[in-house]
Amino acid sequence: MTATDAPPPPRGPLPKGGVVGAGDSIYRFFQHVGRVTILTRRTFVTLFRTRLDWRAFVDQLDALGVKSLGIGAATAIFVGIVMAIQFAFSLERFGAKDTVGRIVGLSEARELAPALTSLVVGSRIAAAMAAELGSMSVTQQVDAIRALGADPIRKLVVPRVLAGIIVIPLIACIALVLGVLSAMLICNISFGIEMPFFLSTAIDAVTMKDFMAGMGKTPFFGFLTTILACYLGLETRGGTEGVGRSTASAVVVVSISILIADAVLTQLFLSL
Amino acid sequence: MALIEFRGVQKAFGPKRVFIDLNLDIHEGESITIIGGSGMGKSVLLKLLIGLLETDGGSILFDGEQIVNASPKTLTKVRRRIGMLFQGAALFDSLSVGENVAYGLREHLQMSEEAIAERVHESLDSVGLPGIEDMWPADLSGGMKKRVGLARAIAVHPEVLLYDEPTTGLDPINVTRINRLILSLKEKLQVTSIVVTHDMQSAFITSDRLAMIDDGHVIFQGTPDEIRRTEDRRVRDFIEGNADEDLDTETLLRRGG
Ligand SMILES: Nc1ncnc2c1ncn2[C@@H]1O[C@H](COP(=O)(O)OP(=O)(O)OP(=O)(O)O)[C@@H](O)[C@H]1O
Ligand SMILES: [Mg+2]
Repeated sequence: MTATDAPPPPRGPLPKGGVVGAGDSIYRFFQHVGRVTILTRRTFVTLFRTRLDWRAFVDQLDALGVKSLGIGAATAIFVGIVMAIQFAFSLERFGAKDTVGRIVGLSEARELAPALTSLVVGSRIAAAMAAELGSMSVTQQVDAIRALGADPIRKLVVPRVLAGIIVIPLIACIALVLGVLSAMLICNISFGIEMPFFLSTAIDAVTMKDFMAGMGKTPFFGFLTTILACYLGLETRGGTEGVGRSTASAVVVVSISILIADAVLTQLFLSL
Repeated sequence: MALIEFRGVQKAFGPKRVFIDLNLDIHEGESITIIGGSGMGKSVLLKLLIGLLETDGGSILFDGEQIVNASPKTLTKVRRRIGMLFQGAALFDSLSVGENVAYGLREHLQMSEEAIAERVHESLDSVGLPGIEDMWPADLSGGMKKRVGLARAIAVHPEVLLYDEPTTGLDPINVTRINRLILSLKEKLQVTSIVVTHDMQSAFITSDRLAMIDDGHVIFQGTPDEIRRTEDRRVRDFIEGNADEDLDTETLLRRGG
């Protein structure tokens, strides 16, 4: 049995508010959580027990990775520039302009490159994935996979989730490099900080532990993004309108989940 | 023993009861047409048979194997013996026509690339679309999509073929072509076929037997001759296309148009 064999999730009019409405939404929320958990379990069982569909996996590396590089790079460069200007401007007032490199390096490595890039790239990936799988569901392509004796989890979910777990960390690493380099450039142009000095202080400040505390979060973000997008896509009912709804939900659900996961993981890694 | 046996099958979607007590036998090698109004559950019947939907009660046997609550292994085994043409063709948008047709072959059979290419070619050829392997589903007309969907279903050489409205929305020439194909597949490959259709003309041509579903039950089964002679009002109305004059809109809507 696959996730798509299970009964469709609860639908119906949106809760009207009040005690009954609130109770209803809480109930539905936990029902979704339960179903995502089941899908997660099946995904990992399938990943370890069956042959990987290499073609689909490579396609997903391309769809997720190559096609997200542009937006990932743009985010990284502009966040790097803005943060560098803000830090340099504030620190200059306290006569601590020398520490800009260190602070930029630390904040990029621990938070900006991993979390902010995952948030932006994750939303893009989630929207595209939920829309694609949603259209496949409503046009019976998912049923057709099963009718042909194949398993949608193996053919659709596993390649996507695996690609997400690999691609998001890679993009975050690229974002880190681009972010620090663009910060270095702007600090040189606008604040006259020497580039080699900036770079060496930035690299010195970031320990392996800092790097891991930041980048260690990214596989989780990649996993969350893809499993939630797959879930929402495969559960899509109700024609093109349903596809629109799933796509919008995917962006919201994935962004919020990444933000919450970031808070939890940051605290967790600090206490390790 | 029949190849496929539906016994007391029940199926509801929320408050909507599609099947209340459905009983139907389908024999090996026969070609049976399922008729019935829109929304009466014809597509649901086919989906229950290959486990795409779960029954609420009753039993469905395929060659002695229970489909209801079957394990994924059993279902896969059964699905490999059954080919299905979906109502909307359900071609994979992200794959070329050739890869669509090859899908089931890559999934089940340990075939070499040459053997797969050969089989894909042969399947497309038998639906009258040779050499379109490199086209994409988005570039096909509705009739071509249906035929590619059929090629994908027959590529694995199934023992049973399920056709969900194979001729709906096609021009008369394509209708004749598909009907001929259904007949020739039956003769050449001895497949058992279950055809769902609204098109009575095609039904009379292609089937050994017809069954009509109405309000959750099979209300009639018999040969084309028997159905032509039946006195049953509901069956007569359906095959002759009579609409009750004093039915109000609400009743029609409730019945599902
Ligand atoms: N997955 C589903 N979820 C909810 N309701 C469904 C589902 N599938 C079918 N139904 C309902 O079951 C009823 C029967 O649907 P089905 O598609 O079998 O009709 P049909 O006889 O094939 O009609 P048509 O000739 O128009 O294709 C319809 O009322 C439909 O709304
Ligand atoms: Mg139908």
